[in-house]
Amino acid sequence: MLRLPSFRLEQPDTLPQALALLDQAGPEAAVLAGGTDLLPNMKHELRRPSVVIALSRVKGLTGIAEAADGAIEIGAMTPLAEVAQSALVARALPALAQAAALVAGPQLRQRGTLGGNVLLDTRCQYVNQSHFWRSALGFCLKKDGTVCHVVAGGSRCVAAASADTVPALMTLGAVLEVARHDRTRQLPIDAFFVADGIVNRRLEPTELLTRVRVPRPAAGHRGAYGKLRERGSIDFPLLGVAARLDLSEAGVVEHADLVLTSLAAAPRRVAGAADALRGSAPGHAPAEFETAVRRVAELARRQCRPLPNLPGDHEWRGEMVPVYARRTLLAAAAGQGPVHHV
Amino acid sequence: MGARDRHGIDPPWGEFRHVGQGSTKIDGLAKATGAALYADDLSLPLMLHAKTLRSPHPHARLRAIDSGAALALPGVHAVITGRDLPVRYGILPWSQDETALAVDKVRFVGDPVAAVAAVDEDTANEALKRIRVDYELLHPFLDPRESLARGDPPIHEDRKEGNVSKKVELAFGDVDSAFAGAAVVIEGDYDFHGTTHAAIEPHCVLARYGPDGVLTLWSSTQITHYVHRALSRVLGLPPHRIRVIQPCLGGAFGGKSDPFSLEFCASLLAIRTARPVKMLYTREEVFYAHRGRHPMQMRYRTAAGPDGRLAAVDARILIDGGAYSSYGLVTTYYSGQLLTGPYHFPAYRFESTRVFTNKPPCGPKRGHGSVQPRFAFEVQLDRLAERLGLDPFELRRRNLLGADATTVNGQRVTSNGFARCLERVEEASGWRQRRGRLPRGRGLGMAGSMYISGTNYPIYPNPMPQSGIQLKLDRSGLVTVFSGGNDIGQGTNTIVRCLVAEELGLQLEQVRVVAADTDLCPVDLGAYSSRGTFMIGNAVLDACRKLRGTLVSAVAESWGVDPRRVRFVDGAVVDLEDPGRSLPTADAFQLAEARFDTLGATGSYNTPSLGGDYRGGTIGASPAYSFTAHVVEVTVDEETGRITCERAWIAHDCGRALNPVLVAGQMEGSAYMGLAEALVEEHEVNRFGLHRGPSLLDYRLPTSVDTPELHSLIVESLDPEGPYGAKEAGEGPLHPAIPALSNAVFDAVGIRLQHLPFTPGKVLKALRAAAAERRPAVAAVSGT
Repeated sequence: MLRLPSFRLEQPDTLPQALALLDQAGPEAAVLAGGTDLLPNMKHELRRPSVVIALSRVKGLTGIAEAADGAIEIGAMTPLAEVAQSALVARALPALAQAAALVAGPQLRQRGTLGGNVLLDTRCQYVNQSHFWRSALGFCLKKDGTVCHVVAGGSRCVAAASADTVPALMTLGAVLEVARHDRTRQLPIDAFFVADGIVNRRLEPTELLTRVRVPRPAAGHRGAYGKLRERGSIDFPLLGVAARLDLSEAGVVEHADLVLTSLAAAPRRVAGAADALRGSAPGHAPAEFETAVRRVAELARRQCRPLPNLPGDHEWRGEMVPVYARRTLLAAAAGQGPVHHV
Repeated sequence: MGARDRHGIDPPWGEFRHVGQGSTKIDGLAKATGAALYADDLSLPLMLHAKTLRSPHPHARLRAIDSGAALALPGVHAVITGRDLPVRYGILPWSQDETALAVDKVRFVGDPVAAVAAVDEDTANEALKRIRVDYELLHPFLDPRESLARGDPPIHEDRKEGNVSKKVELAFGDVDSAFAGAAVVIEGDYDFHGTTHAAIEPHCVLARYGPDGVLTLWSSTQITHYVHRALSRVLGLPPHRIRVIQPCLGGAFGGKSDPFSLEFCASLLAIRTARPVKMLYTREEVFYAHRGRHPMQMRYRTAAGPDGRLAAVDARILIDGGAYSSYGLVTTYYSGQLLTGPYHFPAYRFESTRVFTNKPPCGPKRGHGSVQPRFAFEVQLDRLAERLGLDPFELRRRNLLGADATTVNGQRVTSNGFARCLERVEEASGWRQRRGRLPRGRGLGMAGSMYISGTNYPIYPNPMPQSGIQLKLDRSGLVTVFSGGNDIGQGTNTIVRCLVAEELGLQLEQVRVVAADTDLCPVDLGAYSSRGTFMIGNAVLDACRKLRGTLVSAVAESWGVDPRRVRFVDGAVVDLEDPGRSLPTADAFQLAEARFDTLGATGSYNTPSLGGDYRGGTIGASPAYSFTAHVVEVTVDEETGRITCERAWIAHDCGRALNPVLVAGQMEGSAYMGLAEALVEEHEVNRFGLHRGPSLLDYRLPTSVDTPELHSLIVESLDPEGPYGAKEAGEGPLHPAIPALSNAVFDAVGIRLQHLPFTPGKVLKALRAAAAERRPAVAAVSGT
């Protein structure tokens, strides 16, 4: 078995204690939520924190609640299984419920948390390997090296954003609550990710993601998530697609959104999707709606070109972009989903 | 084969009490409760932990190794390199090209270079980082075609044939005339990618060198006897000072049937340090140890008459062996020799060439050497049926080899239930009503196969039995069986217990099995070639039958009755003519011990002489063959290219099913493995010479939600030489899975998949190519 490198374990009981520890340790620290991303990465020596701050004893970071304004607030330490099984989330935020239910496999969803998934490190076939393997390769841009093996001559890391819940949260206009020992800030999730595979999150080393807040969805909100992967469980996405359709009382699309992940370092919103779909009426004029959906799928195909950063056939992933874009939008319109092969 | 190697198919006491019952596995509860002790569960006082330094280069010369800094690290007890273990070994005496640690060269990324023993794993790992190795890089061979074309630089410098590991050319009958006169010739190229075993338990050993000068090695091996021999050879210790024990084993599938580096390294480190040494591979190291299924590039030509009768088969196969020979000589023969049933064809030629490449060494995996050709051949047959407008079942029925036959390459086939296997899957799958009538995107495919129940060819030539058993009868009524056989999860020990209880009329709990310990047990050659049930089973019957007479006569004498009236049944002895008279078995054992002597017996099995009279003619010659037929049902999503296997029907002729639950388990496990290899598993080395993803995340094994409904249909053609008529069930049932799947895809969407694995991207390309072919005129117009 691969060994976990040694570190000092801190188990604060309160949020202020956790933030104080984080403030002291700074970049030397790693935060442990469910550990399903951090621990394998530590075993692969992708991270060598001297201090690990475990949040399991900190009260107040779990739970799903509806705020007075109708927003839904989910504690960062809420297990993915709980998000997936919540009747409230399933009813109000179907894309998020579906995405959470498709993260990894059942055991990992019991351990893994929503916050952990949002902060999931980027992934690449040349990165998520043992130190021996990476040393044999000569390392790479993301860790310990200077070259990219995905894009010849590339100077920017293109390791893939791989969190299933992120595209769903982006379509939902989620806001991240980020705490530091001296302040708390609210950050729209759209502004949180950058196209840099080395670190694709705008989170200071002394900050902690504490809560995810999703504004009250429209009355006619519909959403769905599509996940492409080889197996019916366990695997990270080879492509993740979140769709949002807000219908008026008359059944007309008033707002729409389509966000894809597992392409490169940041999730990608399909430009023009909302315009193409707005005004169509899936229930009343399905043919017209489908035409709009096909137009959006074509936009997605043009805008989203998966790279050979993840294992397997990236050309096939590219071919699946319009297919999953279309199927996920149709599923959302029908109040169905997820789009998943099993 | 003497008379004592044939025991007949009948129950020993009138009717079977245990055979056919499907009793729980002998170690089932221990495994389910966590009480079972695997190699890594073992621990000894003062035990050190050892780790291996591995080559980061696919091909390089070793200039120098400096381990001074590693040895200086506190907690490090010993560092060894290739100089400490220079003696070559290899599972086959003719191709011993491995050393425990690289001596002058490294031949793949992951090749072992040095080993360290330290107080704990972290210290050992830290020491590895301090070992400095100076490499001179050499050109890496990653493509077998390149290895075939050029032998420079040679991967093994003492080989005369460049980078060719083994070449076999055999021909039977007049192949060229048969092709010249054939009504139909089907030709095709087929690729088998690499796959590995992925047993859940990684390789692990614990070595102890006692003050008495005896080395004890607990190893997760499926071949204790060969490990015993190899240790003696490499360590220079006489074999009587070595004891090898296989603890409970967490799966092997052929991946633990070579001697491995860690067995030698831990042993030498234990000798050097005078402390017990454990070495456990990481999952990544298991991928480097490999010995998985060989990639093969195959070209087949199949000739037939207008009625579909096969006239000739001609095959050319290029085998990518990886860095070492392992079982490669046998693989090369098997790739041709095992194809000659369950169909008769009068002329056959094959040319198989195995080459070395700078990749983890390939070896035997469940269905050794014959899964790849079977895939190609059964797709060829499906294409032939298509060409002739014949139902695929009908085509196969026109070519049945039948029972008591001799194959074109001179193999003796005795019992043969293949025709019944065809009937069972045809009926169970609703083939006649459904095939060709399902909506587009859904389809059924079928295939058949034949496999060996052990071979008469021991890995090192010797006239001794292949399998030995020793029985010890206790006054308590307990029988202890000492079996050399390796129970690797397939249930050998469960079968041994069942047969002893049957023969001596005992309850199962009155039989205990001690197995795979070279100090305690007679030699059995190991868990490979599907030989266990057949050979160990016959040895058990041999041993039991030597004791039965003794026991019966002691009781008969005591009762003053004719011995024919004495029957042992369910832990008691009864008088068939006086229902009131009976004894517990323990009393019978005591009577016999008092009358005769301490009670025990040995038994053994050896094969008859078999095989064709030509070089290589004994390779693949088996005392009995199993037969299998599959029907696979698939759905193909033509937009994503994804194939979903919905259901599979597996009919397998295993002779008498001694334990039908174990047989069905083997059938389901085999079909699962074959379908997984077809659809998701891929042992691939990338352009840098690195394994693409040596982990169970990136090496995809289907999960429960990816696994189809599997229907096991047991066919029992009682074999005249098997124990009570039993044959193998562990490997044969895998073979048809892959071609049946390919044939089902053809039925579903009209494309032929001939290049594994059947990834969705390939399916889409094939669908587009087929669509373009259907619209040639349109394509021509749009092309202008």
